[in-house]
Amino acid sequence: MANLRVGLVSPEREIWSGEAKMVVAQTVEGSLGILPGHAPVLGVLLDGSVVKIEPANGGEPFLAMVGSGFFSVAADEVSVLAEQAELGKDIDVQDARRALEDALAAENDDATPERRARARLRAAGIEA
Amino acid sequence: MAAQLRQLRQQIKSVKSTAKITRAQEMIATSRIVKAQQAVTASKPYADQITQALTALVSHHVGIDHPLLQEQPTDRRSAVLVITSDRGFCGAYNANVIRESEALMRRLRDAGREPIPYVIGNKGITWYRFRGREVAETWHGFSDRPDFANAERIGQRLTEDFLKTDAEGGVGEIHVVYTEFVSMLTQAVQVKRLLPLEIEEAESGKVPPAYEFEPSASAALDLLLPNYVESRIFHMLLQSAASFQASVRRAMKSATDNANELLGVYTRQMNQARQAAITQEISEIVGGADALAESGGE
Repeated sequence: MANLRVGLVSPEREIWSGEAKMVVAQTVEGSLGILPGHAPVLGVLLDGSVVKIEPANGGEPFLAMVGSGFFSVAADEVSVLAEQAELGKDIDVQDARRALEDALAAENDDATPERRARARLRAAGIEA
Repeated sequence: MAAQLRQLRQQIKSVKSTAKITRAQEMIATSRIVKAQQAVTASKPYADQITQALTALVSHHVGIDHPLLQEQPTDRRSAVLVITSDRGFCGAYNANVIRESEALMRRLRDAGREPIPYVIGNKGITWYRFRGREVAETWHGFSDRPDFANAERIGQRLTEDFLKTDAEGGVGEIHVVYTEFVSMLTQAVQVKRLLPLEIEEAESGKVPPAYEFEPSASAALDLLLPNYVESRIFHMLLQSAASFQASVRRAMKSATDNANELLGVYTRQMNQARQAAITQEISEIVGGADALAESGGE
């Protein structure tokens, strides 16, 4: 079976690129799993969510946190574009915890910072 | 004579220390150009992808409608975003940008529009403040190493003003004056219209795939267009930063070259003066000895 060519990019740099068996992204309406041969889709990412990528070389699936952005799927090419994007292994857990506490303490109507902080913790492998 | 010698020695010393400083600045700029270029390259995948997605989106929805794409014929005000640097020591870099934006504003005024400056970078800000001109908004502190958050802030403010009408203090179109990094030796000031976006029908053999949209095409467009504008601004900031470093390098290199040339001239003058002093001393001694011998001989 063919593989997906995946690119996870932020405006400042390319975070990850390579071949993958599966990508799971969260849109505003719910999770969307992408396998090779998927129909072309252009989706809006949920701001502060987690993208799961299963590499084709048999490596462990890994998570990445994404902020505001979108993804496009066409001819087995998946590109995830997010203004904020971080691989799970690069996330500073202490910093993310602090961000979550700050977001909870801020007590305003904007839930985005809290969601982003939670997504960072989730991507780092910690339930929050 | 001795006074002239001392003066020259002092001048040589000061030119030497200036040359050391400019040489160091030149080397710093050289290393920073590489970093700035890397930043430009690293931002390319995102810019390419977003352009591609937008092209696909637009070409599938003929008659697509979004405020950011619409001409606003009733608005007479035009924003001019001027991208200058925070620091000087960069030759004509800022002067070129400002000259070009002045020319643009003159053209706009001739066309019956009212140009409104938006300024990035301390050098541009002081230029406008010194002349007492009104500016709509200024940003500074990131001209050396812009990050995306800066571009986002600027983009949000500009699109916000674009969506307002004249009466509310908004603008009808947005122009940007920035410096494109062509190569190490060439940087060109560019004037581009940022908004309203122009849709160009590109005739390419590749038909973009028939996308489905999650959750809807208009939601995707709402997100994509502002992002696209921000990514354009980010690109311009990065290009300007790279051009700035290249200008610094060139200015500092010619300063160092001039200092070295001056050193040669001063050193020769000093040698001449020293030689003249010695010659005079000898002739005085010889003359004195002759005079003594003459008077002693009688």
